[in-house]
Amino acid sequence: MREIMVRAMYCEMLGYDASFTYIHAIKLAQQGGVLEKRVGYLAVSLFLNEGHELLLLLVNTVLKDLQSTNLIEVCMALTVVAQVFPKDMIPAVLPLVEDKLSHPKEIIRRKAVLALYKFYLIAPNQVQHIHAKFCKALSDKDPGVMASSLHIYLQLIRSPDSYKDLTGSFVTILKQVLGGKLPVDFNYHSVPAPWLQIQLLRILSLLGKEDQSTSELMYEVLDESLRRAEMNHNITYAILYECVKAVYTIHPKAELLEKAARCIGNFVLSPKINLKYLGLKALTYVVQHDAKLALQHQMTIIECLDHSDFTIKRETLELLFRITNAQNVTVIVEKMLDFLRSCNDEHTIIHLIGKVAELAEKYPFNKPEFMNTLLPMKYNSWFIQTMNDVFSIGGDLLQQDVPNNFLRLLAEGSESKEEDDQLRLYAVESYLTVLKGHTSHLPQCFLQVMSWVLGEYAHLQESVDRREVIRLLTQLLDQRSVSSETRVWILSALTKIPEGQTDLILDLAESLSSSQDTVLRQQAQELRHLSQDSQLREFKPVAVVCVFSSQVDSSLSFLDGFVSEALAAGAAPYKPPHQRQEELCEDRALNLEPYSFSLPVSLSSCSITDRQSPTLLSVSSGLSGNSAELSQKAGSSTLILEGVKRVWGKDGYLPQKEATAPPVDEPSAAVQPASQQEAAERIEPRPEPSTQNQDKQQLASSLFVGLGVGSSVSLLGKSEAPPPRFRKKPRPHESSSSSGTSKRSSDSSSHSSRNTTDSFLYGSFPEEEPATSISTFDHTPKSTTANGLSQNKDTKEDRHANTSQILGGDMVIVRPSTIQDKHPPSVSSDLTALLPADLKDLPHSDVISLTSDPSLSLSSCRLFRDEALLLVIFISNCTETVIKDVAVQLTCEELKVISFCCKLFEFMRLILMNSILSVIHRPLVVTTEEYGKLWLSLSHDVKQNLKLLTDAGDPLRTTLNALKDALQLHVVDIIGSEGIVACRLLSGAPCLLHCRVNGAALAMWLRSPHPALPDFILYHCQRALAHH
Amino acid sequence: MIKAILIFNNHGKPRMSKFYEHYTEDTEQQIIRETFHLVSKRDENVCNFLEGGLLIGGSENKLIYRHYATLYFVFCVDSSESELGILDLIQVFVETLDKCFENVCELDLIFHLDKVHNILAEMVMGGMVLETNMSEIITQVEAQGKMEKSETLTLLFICQSMRQSQASRFSSKIS
Repeated sequence: MREIMVRAMYCEMLGYDASFTYIHAIKLAQQGGVLEKRVGYLAVSLFLNEGHELLLLLVNTVLKDLQSTNLIEVCMALTVVAQVFPKDMIPAVLPLVEDKLSHPKEIIRRKAVLALYKFYLIAPNQVQHIHAKFCKALSDKDPGVMASSLHIYLQLIRSPDSYKDLTGSFVTILKQVLGGKLPVDFNYHSVPAPWLQIQLLRILSLLGKEDQSTSELMYEVLDESLRRAEMNHNITYAILYECVKAVYTIHPKAELLEKAARCIGNFVLSPKINLKYLGLKALTYVVQHDAKLALQHQMTIIECLDHSDFTIKRETLELLFRITNAQNVTVIVEKMLDFLRSCNDEHTIIHLIGKVAELAEKYPFNKPEFMNTLLPMKYNSWFIQTMNDVFSIGGDLLQQDVPNNFLRLLAEGSESKEEDDQLRLYAVESYLTVLKGHTSHLPQCFLQVMSWVLGEYAHLQESVDRREVIRLLTQLLDQRSVSSETRVWILSALTKIPEGQTDLILDLAESLSSSQDTVLRQQAQELRHLSQDSQLREFKPVAVVCVFSSQVDSSLSFLDGFVSEALAAGAAPYKPPHQRQEELCEDRALNLEPYSFSLPVSLSSCSITDRQSPTLLSVSSGLSGNSAELSQKAGSSTLILEGVKRVWGKDGYLPQKEATAPPVDEPSAAVQPASQQEAAERIEPRPEPSTQNQDKQQLASSLFVGLGVGSSVSLLGKSEAPPPRFRKKPRPHESSSSSGTSKRSSDSSSHSSRNTTDSFLYGSFPEEEPATSISTFDHTPKSTTANGLSQNKDTKEDRHANTSQILGGDMVIVRPSTIQDKHPPSVSSDLTALLPADLKDLPHSDVISLTSDPSLSLSSCRLFRDEALLLVIFISNCTETVIKDVAVQLTCEELKVISFCCKLFEFMRLILMNSILSVIHRPLVVTTEEYGKLWLSLSHDVKQNLKLLTDAGDPLRTTLNALKDALQLHVVDIIGSEGIVACRLLSGAPCLLHCRVNGAALAMWLRSPHPALPDFILYHCQRALAHH
Repeated sequence: MIKAILIFNNHGKPRMSKFYEHYTEDTEQQIIRETFHLVSKRDENVCNFLEGGLLIGGSENKLIYRHYATLYFVFCVDSSESELGILDLIQVFVETLDKCFENVCELDLIFHLDKVHNILAEMVMGGMVLETNMSEIITQVEAQGKMEKSETLTLLFICQSMRQSQASRFSSKIS
């Protein structure tokens, strides 16, 4: 069996399919003595990959072997674990592997360390808790174990901040190595532990990067190793090379730099070709810091350019690329092109050609000094010529962005129109020349570029007959080698060439309309119609403009109705992609449950809310959160297509009405649709005149769920819009508290009318510009407020009696059932003046009129207090009579009314307790220890990388402070490159954030008992950072 | 990190291949072919480093190779490995093979593929260099070898003793 398995391995290596032996490999590993096991494991690690299903069968075997007393079995198990174990099986073996870190045998310890490193690479969060053990491994008495732990640190230190304190240890280790303190075994060609030295030097250079104090610690030892490395063997050069790189990476010290520069000289001048290569590499690295160094080695570099070795040449070009400036760009580009012409390796071509294009585009316009050295005319010709070369050499290997950039450059141009036109003119000329020659060998992508340019700019060239252009393009069409995609480009170019030559075009269209390619055929048809109908031609530009200026309703509010219906019908709520992925992962992770230690999960509060909060409109919030207008536009327009159909089926005119409404109602909006669209994020709709409001409300409330009331600026700043999933599905609620209050003492009730507003609704009120986050606000619990009001004449005040209020943010429109005529609520603006003294100073949102009837009007506003969101409802008496008693009934399951004081003419205050509804979260003040405990007790991870604000010295601190200010978070602690932050919903669920600087991004890891909260906070963090 | 270790002969026949990242069967074969193509056309007097081809991951990766008699040893590594360091690692690998097989040749690799893999596993584990100390590697490999031998010996011994005991029983019967 063993022999056969080895044969199978051999077959597999030669490329034959031996999958039928996989299961036997596993069997072999499971049973059998050491010898068979060994071959079995070997075969498994060669045959199976991380995703292979058979691996599951192996888990038990591995577990058994890890616990075995036989050293060799443990070794084999560790090897196979490090080789093939996928992410979701790690928890199964993790504890055992950890144990092995304290195994008496160093070979086992070493393998365990590497296995853990592998785990770290695959699933960093699962091994987070054992960082301390890595530290122990680093101080292991066996140098081998220590050496393998360096692998881990090399990886960890990519984000160096938290490991600065280890610098001392690394320096000491390196000193010991250099001092020959290691056993002689570790010498290789009489150099003490060279690989270890290389690793250490790398670590040091990472640590010392841009950090003077840390760098100072290592100057001495670097000097020492530069000195020690006598030039006698390859491996010492390897150390030297690392040393030089380290010296140039850390905070510079003149003396060391000088020595390092000398070493580089030795490399570059060395007759050994490998060293020369490294020397060039080092130079490439160094010239970024000190361009002068390259000057010293000019001659060598020139020699290398003509070197017979392909790799050396390439490296030299790389070096040249780095030292390119405005003066030498032409020469360098020429060298590169020469090289490219003689080169036939695809990979190299793609790589280098991109660089050429980059250079050519980098130095063009904005460089005045460049303009001096070359006359613009000459520059133009150089640029176009270079790009021609790029296209013809690179051909179809080019990455798509090269032609795109080029065309954009042509199209957008610089400030001066004249120069642009010259450039374009030149391009047209040169392309005409090219086309007149042999075209069959030209790459498709070049042809496409040419046809675009000709179509767009041929009219600039007065001297050339249009017929000529058309003829050339048509010729291309006839060629067999031209791909159909290119044909399409050419055809559209033909379409653009104005007034023309109808006969030629017609011929062409005729011949193509029988083409087999449907796209071509369609274009040909279009072309024919276009050329026959001159009116159409004139009309075209206008149409284009229209398309661009049409407004985009990026929040898709008109889909709300559809969405809620779908939800009601049992459809799954929409989840943004990242959440879905998250869940997918969770699902997968479930596999492991049997093996993994389960974290205490606190589900209590979340499960309920979870269920009741299907996401109503997450589409809209997802979009509106996206600040890039372009993508917003694109995203929403495609979505709209889909949605529109359905909506139209039912009540078709609505969306249209919305779209047209703004211009009618608000001339100002109509005037600048374009700007609005751009500023969709920022422009807030003003509260509109209330009559319009009413109209729309009615309209809207019948159709939409959720209401985007635009009061907002303060809202945005202070409170957060709940993420879509916070939305609740309406459900009947019963808890109602009603209080009848009678206050105005003196008045007798002369007339009371009882209004019951029965319902509620969630009317949504689409604004023209719902793009703002406000629209996301509409989550509303279905709360019904029934107001039984009896009104009396109140002589003193004519307005206001009070209000019924509803939930915050967004919500609810109370629609009295008996509206007879629309009665514009009278001035709502000064209602705020009536706020009780203790509330007056709080930031508040605009007063929004909710509804009104002839005798009463309701309006509300939100007040932001640290511990609560207050909703104030104003009920105004619109009549002259005194209101005698007002019964206000508020019902909302999710609201707990803490204080409901209602004096007539005063205010009811609702303090919303329920965490879900309360829109605002608050800082959670905890200590680091508490945080730690809490962290472990929570589940529902969400992870995401966020943008890091880099404008100030300490990016992490800046970013966190920005978040703190924007979102009212509590920054618990900042340790090195990590920071922990906490917040919670009013008095409810906490959310803990763990941030780590990861390169240029901020890796944010959130945990909360509430499943939706992390997403919500993440979303707002993103927004806050984007606004910043 | 080391992405792959390939050994092939002058004709491009793979003699050993070990990938530390997952590729499909076909891609692996293509990588071997492509690598052979790149490496084989280089002169003896040029440097031992190459930028990776298309398949093995673009400009991030480097090929570091050595040519011994009929065999090419190619390590494909990413930017976190030191070129010269790897070059010497190949040397260590080959010397170790040489010691283990006593004057290694291409045939040894063919017939003892498992042993070659075991040696390699002592040097490189999951893409990371585990051990560079030749004597340590040999000790490990030999220790395992001994263990295996002793096991087979034990087996043999048991078989023999069983046979003997049976034989003696027979003989006792006969007698």
